[in-house]
Amino acid sequence: MLLYLLRRVLYVVPIALSVSLVCFLLVHIAPGDPINAILPPDAPADVVAQVRQIYGLDKPLALQFAIWLGHVATGDLGKSLATGRDIWPDLAVALQNTAALAAAAALIGFSLGCILGGLAAAFARTWVDRAAVGVAVAGVSVPHYWLGMVLVIVFSVMLNLLPAMGSAPNGTANLGLDWAHLRYMLLPAITLSVIPMGIVTRTVRGIVGDLLSQDFITTLRGKGLRRFGIFVHVLKNAAPNALAVMGLQLGYLMGGSILVETVFSWPGTGFLLNNAIFQRDIPLLQATILVLSLFFVALNLVVDLLQTAIDPRIRRA
Amino acid sequence: METLVHARDLHVRFVTRDRTVHAVNGVDFDVAAGEVLCILGESGSGKSVTLRALMGLNPPRRTVVTGTLRVAGHDLLTASERQLEQIRGRMVSMIFQEPMTALDPVFSIGRQITETVKRHEGISQAEADRRALDLLELVQIPSAKQRLSAYPHELSGGLRQRAMIAIALSCRPKLLLADEPTTALDATVQIQILLLLRRLQQELGMGVVFVTHDLGVAGEVSDRIAVMYAGRFVEAGPVAQVMRSPLHPYAKGLLGATVHAGLRGTRLTTIRGTPPDLEHLPAGCAFAPRCDLAGTACLEAVPDLRGPAADHQARCIRVAGAPETVGMAIADTGARNAEPGTVRPSS
Repeated sequence: MLLYLLRRVLYVVPIALSVSLVCFLLVHIAPGDPINAILPPDAPADVVAQVRQIYGLDKPLALQFAIWLGHVATGDLGKSLATGRDIWPDLAVALQNTAALAAAAALIGFSLGCILGGLAAAFARTWVDRAAVGVAVAGVSVPHYWLGMVLVIVFSVMLNLLPAMGSAPNGTANLGLDWAHLRYMLLPAITLSVIPMGIVTRTVRGIVGDLLSQDFITTLRGKGLRRFGIFVHVLKNAAPNALAVMGLQLGYLMGGSILVETVFSWPGTGFLLNNAIFQRDIPLLQATILVLSLFFVALNLVVDLLQTAIDPRIRRA
Repeated sequence: METLVHARDLHVRFVTRDRTVHAVNGVDFDVAAGEVLCILGESGSGKSVTLRALMGLNPPRRTVVTGTLRVAGHDLLTASERQLEQIRGRMVSMIFQEPMTALDPVFSIGRQITETVKRHEGISQAEADRRALDLLELVQIPSAKQRLSAYPHELSGGLRQRAMIAIALSCRPKLLLADEPTTALDATVQIQILLLLRRLQQELGMGVVFVTHDLGVAGEVSDRIAVMYAGRFVEAGPVAQVMRSPLHPYAKGLLGATVHAGLRGTRLTTIRGTPPDLEHLPAGCAFAPRCDLAGTACLEAVPDLRGPAADHQARCIRVAGAPETVGMAIADTGARNAEPGTVRPSS
């Protein structure tokens, strides 16, 4: 058991290394020279060479990677090419904003998904099932930036109930748990939640439907357990697989949605990535992608550990 | 005093929008306390459905049960789901065929026992834990204390089935239903489980309904045997009589197709054909299409029960004996079946 946990945690090291290598290479493979973003197109050749040297872009790729990795490992994500500021403080704020939005969207999407999926499975092949599946299909099919705009038109423009953009009153970037702050989060969170809601609904419906047809459910009924008693069994059996899907979805949400964050001007990582791409801000791009990827890796680790804690059969592996 | 199980003209149909399957078509039987009735039949004969009906465990939404069915003084056909929940696990409990899939894989054996006890007797966790330990010892699971925290996948098939039995016995039921409990086990483990069940049944004085397709198993555990075919009991009687001198051609065929020492040197026979379609049962004897002795009379109506003794009868017109004798084991429903409207209760 302990050995398994240790091994699982150690797996993170090679995964994280490969992730950072891919992050590093992706940006270099992409077309466009970052020098063009800093200097005007008619800059003299010796200035270009000088700037290249300052940013270390003249060194061989492997060496650049080693240097970059060394900095990253010590917590130095470098400076943004566009603003010249340290990347980490800006990235940290963006991460916070995205994390808050992701948490809200996950809360809405996962709870609705679990309820709808569970109901659909419990009332399989009835109108409840069809309605839930309909909602789920709509959730994954509707383009969410379009849904965002519709929500803005209805709730902000027509009804004037909720703000259309930003993350906090008066253009500040603070997060808060009071209504003044939360109302900014509502529309983007709902918009972001529809895809995970749909996916979780269909997953949970599949898992629970499968479980309900298993022999041990008959055994439980045969023992005289009431609905709630059987529900507890279904819950624990369904949890490992459902968690895996939800972990993945939370990872996507953490990546932030460039489209949704742009529609709502939400100052998160999606917004940051968008700017980094347009400004060819390679260090910012690398740092953001790297941090998000590592988040994904960490999330997967957490899900795996949770699964191990819940399902005794996994511990044998 | 009423018998433990009292079933008369029991029908079970599975109704969906586009088809109706007639799984059980008028069976009558009683089981007394301390008695073992074995229902013998091949797959699809309705034996498991009959068993599940005894605790109202068939899929609720599409099952239609008619007739009379009383278990331990409760009328199961009028009982609400609530009342059934009270009866299941306490009065009546069941052992299933596949101990691997019939136990919840993510709950420990101990937990699966204690939740049953706590559900029905409302005792404390500590008390339930003690009971669980006693039960594991009762079913002779070695190092019972450690096994309480074991998960099903950590046990062998035989131990899993013992755990299953422990769960079934946890509230001292009056009636134990066993649905092919040894079919999925190795031959050596099979006999251990059978002996254990027989011993526990005698010690606890339970009535048992044991379903199997295995004649050897039936001979080992039962007091009485009912041979089931196409949802009807085609023969019923004390185990010795049915095994030694079967009346119904189907029962004879089953015996002829079974390997046992008495038949050394002789050729095993097979029963030709396949079991009937339970959606479209014939008007007459359901076995007639596969029967070498069948004549036109067999196709007219379902034969009445008749036989040499009140407690050993078969549904075959070739069997000699007074058709009117009503056994204490099997009551005759021939008269009802002969009425025009119910000649084909199954179509």
